[in-house]
Amino acid sequence: MNSQTNGSVRELIKKNRQKKHSVKNVMERIMPIVLFMCAFVSVVTTIGIILTLVLETEHFFEKVPFSQFFGSTNWYPLNSQPEYGIWPLVVGTLEITVIAMLVAVPIGLTSAIYLSEYASDKMRRILKPILEILAGVPTIVFGFFALTYVTPFLEKLIPGLAIYNALSPGIVVGIMIIPMIASISEDAMSSVPKKIRDGALALGSTRLEVATKVVVPAALSGIIASIVLGISRAIGETMIVTIAGGSNPTAAIDPLEPVQTMTAYIVQVALGDAGYGTVEYYSIYAVGTLLFVFTLAMNLLANWITRRFREEY
Amino acid sequence: MDTKVTQLDKQETLATNGNDRPSVYKVNDLNLWYGDDHALKDINLDIKKNEVTAIIGPSGCGKSTFIKTLNRMVELVPSVRTNGEILYHDRNIFDKDYQVEELRTSVGMVFQQPNPFPKSIYDNIAYGPRVHGVTSKKVLDEIIERSLRGAAIWDEVKDRLNENAYGLSGGQQQRLCIARTLAIEPDVILMDEPTSALDPISTLKVEELVQELKTDYSIIIVTHNMQQAARVSDKTAFFLNGEVVEYDQTDRIFSNPSDKRTEDYISGRFG
Amino acid sequence: MALPEKQPVDKKFIDPAAVKQSISKRLVVNRFTKSIFLMGLLFGLVVLAVLITGVLRDGIGYLSLDFLQNFPSRRPERAGIYPALMGSIWLMVMIIPMIFLIGVGSAIYLEEYAKKGRMTSFIEVNISNLAGVPSIVFGLLGLTFFVRNMSLGSTLISGALTLGLMSLPVVIVSSQEAIRAVPQAMRHASLALGASKWQTTYKVVLPASLPGIITGIILSVSRAIGETAPLIMVGAAIFIARAPSGFFSEFTALPIQIYNWTSRPQEEFQYLASAGIIVLMVILIAMNSVAIWIRNKYSKRY
Repeated sequence: MNSQTNGSVRELIKKNRQKKHSVKNVMERIMPIVLFMCAFVSVVTTIGIILTLVLETEHFFEKVPFSQFFGSTNWYPLNSQPEYGIWPLVVGTLEITVIAMLVAVPIGLTSAIYLSEYASDKMRRILKPILEILAGVPTIVFGFFALTYVTPFLEKLIPGLAIYNALSPGIVVGIMIIPMIASISEDAMSSVPKKIRDGALALGSTRLEVATKVVVPAALSGIIASIVLGISRAIGETMIVTIAGGSNPTAAIDPLEPVQTMTAYIVQVALGDAGYGTVEYYSIYAVGTLLFVFTLAMNLLANWITRRFREEY
Repeated sequence: MDTKVTQLDKQETLATNGNDRPSVYKVNDLNLWYGDDHALKDINLDIKKNEVTAIIGPSGCGKSTFIKTLNRMVELVPSVRTNGEILYHDRNIFDKDYQVEELRTSVGMVFQQPNPFPKSIYDNIAYGPRVHGVTSKKVLDEIIERSLRGAAIWDEVKDRLNENAYGLSGGQQQRLCIARTLAIEPDVILMDEPTSALDPISTLKVEELVQELKTDYSIIIVTHNMQQAARVSDKTAFFLNGEVVEYDQTDRIFSNPSDKRTEDYISGRFG
Repeated sequence: MALPEKQPVDKKFIDPAAVKQSISKRLVVNRFTKSIFLMGLLFGLVVLAVLITGVLRDGIGYLSLDFLQNFPSRRPERAGIYPALMGSIWLMVMIIPMIFLIGVGSAIYLEEYAKKGRMTSFIEVNISNLAGVPSIVFGLLGLTFFVRNMSLGSTLISGALTLGLMSLPVVIVSSQEAIRAVPQAMRHASLALGASKWQTTYKVVLPASLPGIITGIILSVSRAIGETAPLIMVGAAIFIARAPSGFFSEFTALPIQIYNWTSRPQEEFQYLASAGIIVLMVILIAMNSVAIWIRNKYSKRY
């Protein structure tokens, strides 16, 4: 114990402090800048995305008039007289989105209510990871699932269903979104304090009445935000619709017939032989810009809803 | 205002008359604001070497703020503003060229809640020396044993130095935190209600430890427990609404306070 | 219940008999809806079960060591996924250091260094919006910037940079959460010992939040590895007969190979696709299990 270091640690530290002063100070000064630059990468990414989309879309509109893009209902990029009217792609995208939400909203919300209001802890511990696994399934797998399982199954129920159609990928996109809606809504419902639930139960409410009359209204902003985010995901989903939806841009609404979404069109061109610099090449940026604007609007809306209607307990 | 100043002068005289030890801290006209909230008002204190100075007062009186000002931890609160000076060994700690790291290396601190790092007991104690460039395993081993002995916890943990510190009981964790502070051999140890989260037996152990430590260190301890202040300290300062009401020898504060408010507080009439 | 005698009223607002009658009805409705809710929840489970059993049934027969070691072929019985598997592993190895350094750096900046203000909230809003940008848009960015403007071509590095940027927002947010979960008391303890801000960050905050950070990174990487669309955009080859040999090799990846097989009409290729999916899912489930294991092992330590 009473060896040579006794009482000298203070001196040792003092000496080290003087020695290491410069290195330490350099780190102290450099790291905030380095870290800030890391954080700025994401800003640069956003700028890059916007710049890419805007500049290349500009090239597109040098060759295709604005009025055609937003006015025409024909999307014939491969014709000898190509026509670029965006509506068929928008309609296809919305068709898929609507079908997806018809599947995802009821199932996602009932799952959320069950998990938050009925399930025991033990059940929750089993069921939540299953939802997480479902959320982790790659979209390519879902696409394969849509084409090789869901479509044949639907064909048995609906004679005359085309091999590529809007219904099957729409349903599967919906399945893909279920975990997202379920988990965000469940978070919102679980954060409704127990005392509020207890209050309603003590008045003689059943579980269902607590859920529908107390918890859901209290968690409504979170639930709506989850749905809006789900819509955004459905709009941006690519592989499922590419694989199972076909490539038939049409403004007619028939879920049994092939469609083409905005995303599927971009993939089609990327896989095709459209040369760099052609109108067809630039068209994917025009479509991409619209896609970006749609999803951004949805995300901003979801953020606004959660912030504007945040519940204070 | 005037009466207060004269009162303070009187107390200071009394306090300095008590002994002629050198000062570690001289606090002159210290004011501190959190935003618009004037939390410390014209504090003047002279804190002596190798003594235990207790700071008492009701919740929200500024006693915690004050002790955190002594090692400038209070600056972690974003909106904080100070004026006046705190001389630590005759050097103003608010001087531009006074590095906080240097100050905190000589002024250790023990917090209300034990806050060991989620590392082994060994690494907890070794953290400070390592940060300050001590790398030799041999020296570290020695520092660790000495610090743990110094904090009266060596016998309890010597066989499990490599286990996580969170396996210890609350009282042991707090003594580990004291040992961690001792490892950098500070000159002053600040203790911010170190026993408020502990059971009575652990509290007693920490109090005994404080008594032992004062031969080597100057200790400033914030407590809301007046018995504790009476038991462990040589001098006591009574804070109220951000002001020092009275600062004197502990026995005098508790037996014969000169201010009515002090008397009210120690006799339990408020706070 | 002595009240009515003292203050006689003609009519009580709540009629106990009616309540009693309605209660049984309400309870039936409650039980009925409960089973409906449960069915909703089980739907996901059923889908997952159908998907897994179907893929296993179709694909397991094609799964063999040869399948893992062979190159893609026009003849299904000889086809394998070696280049795609290698491509995915290369991507993973390249993405992880990138998103670790930049993602954790960003998170540390935002949680430990950034002053609350316009700039910081701008960066945070930007990150949360970036997280919602569809992957195919990142693909367009990769195509324009990395493949064309920087002339990196349709190479691994273009693919990795694109997927990395795509994963970054999620990594940043999950790392921020992990860093925020480190109690303030840890930082204070370190600072009070005279450690500097960077020392405190590097030696206390970072080690304490590392399990959470790693969990987030594994989950993001497993997402990135399953992505198809951005890789199609940067031009990952649909058919390639060589495993990548470096950052600047052309490449293919598991999802691309699966897509390729899926889009062929012959039935055998569907089975190959199933086999490919099994390989991909095994990798992803393994990664997720590690992440969950880390999360459980290191949760609640303070």
